[in-house]
Amino acid sequence: MDGKIRIAGAFARLREKGEKGLITYVTAGYPGKRQTIEILKALADAGSDLIEIGVPFSDPIADGPVIQRASHLALAGGVKLADIFDMAGSLRKHTDKPVLLMTYYNPVFRAGTGNFVRKARDSGVDGLIVPDLPVEEDGPLRAETGPAGLALIPLVAPNSSDRRLEKIAAGAEGFIYCVSVKGVTGSRKEITTDLKSFTDRVKRHTGLPLAVGFGISGPEAASRAAVHCDAVVVGSAIMAALEGDGGLTGAIERAGRLAGEIKEALKQEVRDHGQYPHQPQVQK
Amino acid sequence: MTDVKPDERGYFGRFGGRFVPETLMPALEELEICYREARDDPAFRDEYRKLLKKYVGRPSPLYLAERLTDFCGGARIYLKREDLNHTGAHKINNTLGQILLARRMNKRRVIAETGAGQHGVAAATAAALFEMECAVYMGEEDMARQSLNVFRMKILGARVVPVSSGSRTLKDAMNEAMRDWVASVDSTHYLVGSVAGPHPYPVMVRDFQKIIGEETRDQILDREGRLPDCIVACVGGGSNAMGIFHPFLETGTVLVGVEAAGHGLETGKHAATLTAGSPGVLHGSLSYVLQDQEGQIQLAHSVSAGLDYPGVGPEHSFLKETGRVRYTSVTDREALEAFKILCRTEGIIPALESSHALAEAIKLAGGMDPGQIIVVCLSGRGDKDVETAAGTLGVEL
Repeated sequence: MDGKIRIAGAFARLREKGEKGLITYVTAGYPGKRQTIEILKALADAGSDLIEIGVPFSDPIADGPVIQRASHLALAGGVKLADIFDMAGSLRKHTDKPVLLMTYYNPVFRAGTGNFVRKARDSGVDGLIVPDLPVEEDGPLRAETGPAGLALIPLVAPNSSDRRLEKIAAGAEGFIYCVSVKGVTGSRKEITTDLKSFTDRVKRHTGLPLAVGFGISGPEAASRAAVHCDAVVVGSAIMAALEGDGGLTGAIERAGRLAGEIKEALKQEVRDHGQYPHQPQVQK
Repeated sequence: MTDVKPDERGYFGRFGGRFVPETLMPALEELEICYREARDDPAFRDEYRKLLKKYVGRPSPLYLAERLTDFCGGARIYLKREDLNHTGAHKINNTLGQILLARRMNKRRVIAETGAGQHGVAAATAAALFEMECAVYMGEEDMARQSLNVFRMKILGARVVPVSSGSRTLKDAMNEAMRDWVASVDSTHYLVGSVAGPHPYPVMVRDFQKIIGEETRDQILDREGRLPDCIVACVGGGSNAMGIFHPFLETGTVLVGVEAAGHGLETGKHAATLTAGSPGVLHGSLSYVLQDQEGQIQLAHSVSAGLDYPGVGPEHSFLKETGRVRYTSVTDREALEAFKILCRTEGIIPALESSHALAEAIKLAGGMDPGQIIVVCLSGRGDKDVETAAGTLGVEL
């Protein structure tokens, strides 16, 4: 299935059900190659609506300590792109939910954009998120994702100007990832950005669904952020839940429980507010 | 070479660009505009030139190293004495230029990454002079081998932030500085120390460093009545090399960039990015990098902390591909040998970084005619390196 259509379908179903979406992020290969696929399946079962698989990179400049550490350990464990495409393939067989790859640009560039996109599509990936690839530089990758039906999901920041938002929104596919804070990934005690005015600005330029991510620490933060968007992305908090005792079973239990609690809070948020703040359109 | 380089997107041929998180894009756009305006502003140029003259002590001498020339028995060797600048290296040319830009953008805090500590010291110095807050990111491994420079930065009022991630060297210091900047971008200017990083840094830092080449050209014309046959400079990120090469790009002078071959290219423990790397994206630009098949950046190795970096400025990648500059490499051992030779023949203690350029120049000069001229960019002084040199040479201090 075309990845853009699958993503649009997922957001349409959420809207029909009157729910806000949960997007979970997990670093591939953490704590080990074998464990990642079990963790991904468990998160899909626990209520994650879209599933992000992070490609670990040696120099993750947009990430805070939790994902830095996970990336380092995943690479030390020898995870390769071929393994990550296999994980995506297994997850695709397990669920119809959209599967997204989050990767820094160099692994894509090194593999060759055409080669990378072909392998991603063949393993069932629906979209790519590349945090160090601004709209000015995404031409070569877009030339490949377009024909392959993959969504190239852009990030916007609270300090993006209206001029930039317009340019980014014009080429956006799938949804728009709103970075909630100026800073790297990782849970915050509090998100100080005025999410309402930020997301209102973004909505003026797009009919696509909005996801808010970076710094979402748990159900409460997710619920507060969800008032202004269609889905929240939770990464570092999930990764932190995977750390600790009890082996794979314990890790899966903790991460699954966190995802479940956040998803419940997101359902509650719509019940409390009675409506969607924003009507996402299905992309043609 | 009639095309303007870089183009408006910051590309030198296929290298360069701007590969950073969206949060940094507004700051890069602001910096680019500010720099363009400042470059065309006579008051800015005047203030910058005055600082270079009265504070840095420019022009730095172009010194005919007669005893080194005799030792090599070939071409006349001139040393461009950037080691005599205030703070002891070429880095100050760039930090003063950027601190003026930071002030122009009303930013009161600067951050920097440093390897050998020379850029960190130059950044801390500029921050002290302009009364700005300064944080310098430095790998723990580099802090150990450059403890003297760590102390100098602290005395100058900078906060030195130890970086314990990854290889704990320059690459990781730059990662951490970028993470700081993503979070502090409204109030902070990132004072990048080399011709690396996202546009406009490569062109801006080159422009602040090309004073080295402009002076060299005037001085050699004055002394010899002609341009040199060859110019040799070391290349880590590549700012001293770009600075001295740039005014000569459209001349017939042979330009040689010298990378760090560490234990030897065949051992894999080296920092010879252009010689042994491949194109990739690191720290905001597309250029040569040391990487594996999966696109993971590999660790560099060099006895010289300032060259211990798995990337290089994009303009160097471009000049490698056009063939205008020849890039080669020398090992730790060869650099240390050149370090000793210059100490003994000329009474000048060179930085280990610059010793790489010297090693290549010594090799080249011997094979050249006594009527020929070779210029070496002596980018920094070696006081900071005596401990490392002693350790490597098996001497206890």
